[in-house]
Amino acid sequence: MRFLFDRNTWQEIFGSIGKNKIRTIITIVGVLWGIFIYITLSGASKGMDNGFERMFETIARNSMFVWAQSTSMPNEGFKTGRQLQLKLGDVTMIENRIPEVQYIAPRNVKGFFGSTPARVGRGKESGSYPVFGDFPTFTKIAPKKIYDGGRFINDEDIEKARKVCVIGERTEKELFKKGEKTIGGFIEIDDVFFQVVGVHKFDASGGFGGDGDIFIPFATFKKLYNTGDNVGWFSIAAYDDVDVVKVEENIKNLLKNIHKVHPDDERAFGSFNLGEQFGKIIGFAKGITFLSLIVGIATILAGVIGIGNILLISVKERTKELGVRRALGATPNEVRSQIILESVFLTMIAGVMGIILGAGTLSLISSFTKDIDFPYTNPTVPIPYVIGALLIMVVLGTLIGLIPAQRAVSIKPIDALREE
Amino acid sequence: MIEIKDLHKSYKMGSNSLHVLKGINLSIEAGELVAIMGSSGSGKSTLLNILGMLDEADSGEYNLDGVPIKNLNETKAAKYRNKFLGFVFQSFNLINYKSAMENVALPLYYQKVPRKEREQRAMKYLGQVGLKEWATHLPNELSGGQKQRVAIARAMAAEPKVLLADEPTGALDSTTSYEVMDLIQKINDLGNTILVVTHEEDIAHMCKRIVYLKDGVIVEDKKVEQVRASTYV
Repeated sequence: MRFLFDRNTWQEIFGSIGKNKIRTIITIVGVLWGIFIYITLSGASKGMDNGFERMFETIARNSMFVWAQSTSMPNEGFKTGRQLQLKLGDVTMIENRIPEVQYIAPRNVKGFFGSTPARVGRGKESGSYPVFGDFPTFTKIAPKKIYDGGRFINDEDIEKARKVCVIGERTEKELFKKGEKTIGGFIEIDDVFFQVVGVHKFDASGGFGGDGDIFIPFATFKKLYNTGDNVGWFSIAAYDDVDVVKVEENIKNLLKNIHKVHPDDERAFGSFNLGEQFGKIIGFAKGITFLSLIVGIATILAGVIGIGNILLISVKERTKELGVRRALGATPNEVRSQIILESVFLTMIAGVMGIILGAGTLSLISSFTKDIDFPYTNPTVPIPYVIGALLIMVVLGTLIGLIPAQRAVSIKPIDALREE
Repeated sequence: MIEIKDLHKSYKMGSNSLHVLKGINLSIEAGELVAIMGSSGSGKSTLLNILGMLDEADSGEYNLDGVPIKNLNETKAAKYRNKFLGFVFQSFNLINYKSAMENVALPLYYQKVPRKEREQRAMKYLGQVGLKEWATHLPNELSGGQKQRVAIARAMAAEPKVLLADEPTGALDSTTSYEVMDLIQKINDLGNTILVVTHEEDIAHMCKRIVYLKDGVIVEDKKVEQVRASTYV
């Protein structure tokens, strides 16, 4: 160990490395390139990972939608093709029977799935906007960013069937003049006055929806459009650690049971499992991360092998010098450690330079992609990866250095001296 | 200083074995300046290599300053070389990316002498060979004679018990040869034991004793009247 921190050792190493600068530079470039690729790739894939995370952060990852369709099999005396309708009562049944469900939000909409959007007006301004009937639970599944001073629908709104609404950014822009106070203002939805209690920030993620969406209490929606206990669809979030696919199946089976649908009828209820899709995308991102790891390490390996190769040539060139050193009293161990240290030192220098260069490139890419719509956020290489890479380099540098080092000491000093 | 008894060495060349040293007996006292002469193939270099612990004899005894040299592993041999021996080669064998001073300091590095002291001692020996002003020059900026003087300074830097010179003048013209021999004689005058392998009569006669080798045996071993090289310079 003393050897490592001895100034003399390093002088010897700098001496022999500095002897052939071009060769040293080429050697360094080999590993530098490897580590650069490794850092850039793993950083970029991390950035993509982060990008996907951000895309999905606004929606519970284990969430799904379930809606009713029509039967495709006769059952209990009902004919095929019976149109099914989800009911508010299904919620309690699902909550009670399927413990994996964390949140369930029944939703209704006017303006999607064939229904015409509501006419919304304020003074002279008017437009068509989709209107959703919602419970407060909905924000647990798909959090809505509400602008300052506003709020989403709360339990009291539901209880009292208040005529309040949360509008979108676009709706606000189109119905309210600049400088006008939106919160507390009134708008007309299909000829009924509603008070605005919040403005939500539009987020492209989380399925359908837009910047013109209007949310009103489910109970108010029911009264306004006379929907009774009918529910358009359920937004459901399962607990994080459960198998969403299984939960989806359980829910559909339960619904089939409630609605007297044949257990094998696959078309009766439709569903979209966001959790499953999310899992696929995460899996894809993981695959890319893994791939970049493999490619990066392989490139580092190639670079380190290059170092070994060049050191081997260098040892051959220096046979005589090493012979002289040994005639002057260098022990085989001293010769061996010198060459290994040269290898490790070159590898480390190249590695650190590659890391710096890679980090620079990553921040450059990051600044280019900041403003475009691309799932790429904060590309960083986790510190353990960097340390791991450095460790790999030291280990590989040592291992690869062993070959020329062994070669150097395997030549007898007498033969080394004789060589011309 | 050097005690050799019945030294044998043979080299395997495929199926044949080449008997190079066929029982050498040699005794060298401290302070001697001995020339080993012989035509090529007489075994003089092999003998020097064995004396220099660069090679090992097949049989026989070798005592260096009372230390039996036997069954050395490389590490031990390296330690002994560093402690007991200084080498001067025909082709100088300076390390070409090190300055004259650094070359001279190299054996001291392997003795783990601290840098400051190493440089001081290297400068002292460079001064002795008259190359103090050339300390920072690289070998390729020096003439052949200067290179060999640096090599001698390097061999002396470790303050060895015996200086082994393998054809030290082999690559030099006669004038520089005499300069180098003058230096070797001066070092010998200081009491150092020196062995010079050569095939040049005039160089051999600048030593105090000549050992003639032929076909692996010593055919003649005589003390001679030393010719001072300085008379030629």
